[in-house]
Amino acid sequence: MITLEHVCKTYQVSKRDAGFSSALKALFHREYEYIHALDDVSFTIQDGEMVGYIGPNGAGKSSTIKILSGILTPERGVCLINGLVPWKNRIEHVRNIGVVFGQRSQLWWDVPIADSFELLKEIYRIDDSLYRRNLEELCAMLQLSDLLKTPARQLSLGQRMRCEIAASLLHSPSLLFLDEPTIGLDAVSKLAVRDFILKLNQEKKTTVILTTHDMQDIEALTSRIILIGKGSILLDGNIEDIRQDYPSTEEALAAFYRSHDL
Amino acid sequence: MKKYIAFFRLRFSMGLQYRTAAFAGIITQFAWGSMEILMFRAFYQTAPNSFPMTFQSTCAYVWMQQAFLALFMAWMMENEIFDTIVSGNIAYELCRPIHIYDMWFARSLATRGAKAVLRCFPILLVAAFLPAPYGLMPPADPIAFGLFLLTLVTGLGVTVAFCMLIYMASFFAISPSGIRIVATSIVEFLSGATIPLPFFPDRLREVLELLPFASMQNVPLRIYSGDLTGAPMQRAIMIQFFWLFALIAMGKLLDAAAMKKITVQGG
Repeated sequence: MITLEHVCKTYQVSKRDAGFSSALKALFHREYEYIHALDDVSFTIQDGEMVGYIGPNGAGKSSTIKILSGILTPERGVCLINGLVPWKNRIEHVRNIGVVFGQRSQLWWDVPIADSFELLKEIYRIDDSLYRRNLEELCAMLQLSDLLKTPARQLSLGQRMRCEIAASLLHSPSLLFLDEPTIGLDAVSKLAVRDFILKLNQEKKTTVILTTHDMQDIEALTSRIILIGKGSILLDGNIEDIRQDYPSTEEALAAFYRSHDL
Repeated sequence: MKKYIAFFRLRFSMGLQYRTAAFAGIITQFAWGSMEILMFRAFYQTAPNSFPMTFQSTCAYVWMQQAFLALFMAWMMENEIFDTIVSGNIAYELCRPIHIYDMWFARSLATRGAKAVLRCFPILLVAAFLPAPYGLMPPADPIAFGLFLLTLVTGLGVTVAFCMLIYMASFFAISPSGIRIVATSIVEFLSGATIPLPFFPDRLREVLELLPFASMQNVPLRIYSGDLTGAPMQRAIMIQFFWLFALIAMGKLLDAAAMKKITVQGG
């Protein structure tokens, strides 16, 4: 179970006007602005749930995911995931989670995918039989068998994303964070990834938290959405709550963002 | 421990695949080594008695230095580590049940080890067959050779531990290149990479020998060439171990501080 209570995170952002004289001035005097990336965020997610975490760019989605995965320390607030505080018990906590950052890569660029997987096996100390079982299953579900011998640098984006997802699940985590997993994928790969996530959640009861800008991801995958804007939770409920009479979820969401001045 | 060994293995086998780079490296190091020896020869011919090391020892020093260049050159840092810090890909490494410091340490050892293994044998072989005094003389005795190997490994440890300080310091800066350039040029000069430390003025040398930089290539190369023996050698080995532990301790402190304040920016 994930509980987040009154979590706040502020970033210090340096500011100056354009131009040479301002640059000179900044040599002696720096001006900073404080951005409240997260402002009193609270929510609870039960085991086995699949939640869409959405909001416009810069709303605080990634900051939340980073706090949940133990990378970022908030200034205030409580966060407990299966009884652990992510940033305090980082190493213990990350053993039970899988993370996919759609815009980054965790595979070793210059070696075959299988080598990256073997390394993860050692890092998470997955025992042989479990590793073989998971690998077989993931290969079958994500059609990876032909890719394992190829170096990551020679895969297409869709192929690589399937490998990234598999890499995050080798150690059978009970909690999976997907940060824009379908970004830049073609229709076929998108559908394959969605199918897989759905199956994973239904069959293995893995808790999935998904951030995305693709409303079709949300419609296909999640029943519950948490909508964040300017660092605060604006909506925690069902996609139908904002859908109303708009012709598409996309438009409904845009109207919602506009009405909240996001 | 096992996961860091696995990390070392993967990195090592990865390093072995860059054959062309190794070939180019060997050629460069031959050219560099020959030039250095010719330069020293000119100096020695003018005044053979005003030098602290014999010409043959100097030649051995240069060849060993070229053969094991990859172990000790501070400027051979892992660009990928800087990239992960600057680009934020470190996010993934932080999502693993591993200590960043230990993992990068294993990784640096492996990269340097793989590079050195690929490059050292051709250089050692050719240098051994060059006519005296230009070539590489055999080690004085088995004990000296054993101590050479031991201090080679410790020296590598000191070099990597020093580079780790720079990696860790880049967590606190917007761009790591400034720290990197200053640090590497200091190391280059003070470690005996440019000219061996015995060639420095005595007063300066006495101070330099206490610094961590002298605990890198200076000790093994001088033990091999027979310039460092007896009590000064024992002292040098002790200083080497001291710096190995001190630098690792400093690095771990920086690591702990960096992990607390780290912010991975952007989605």
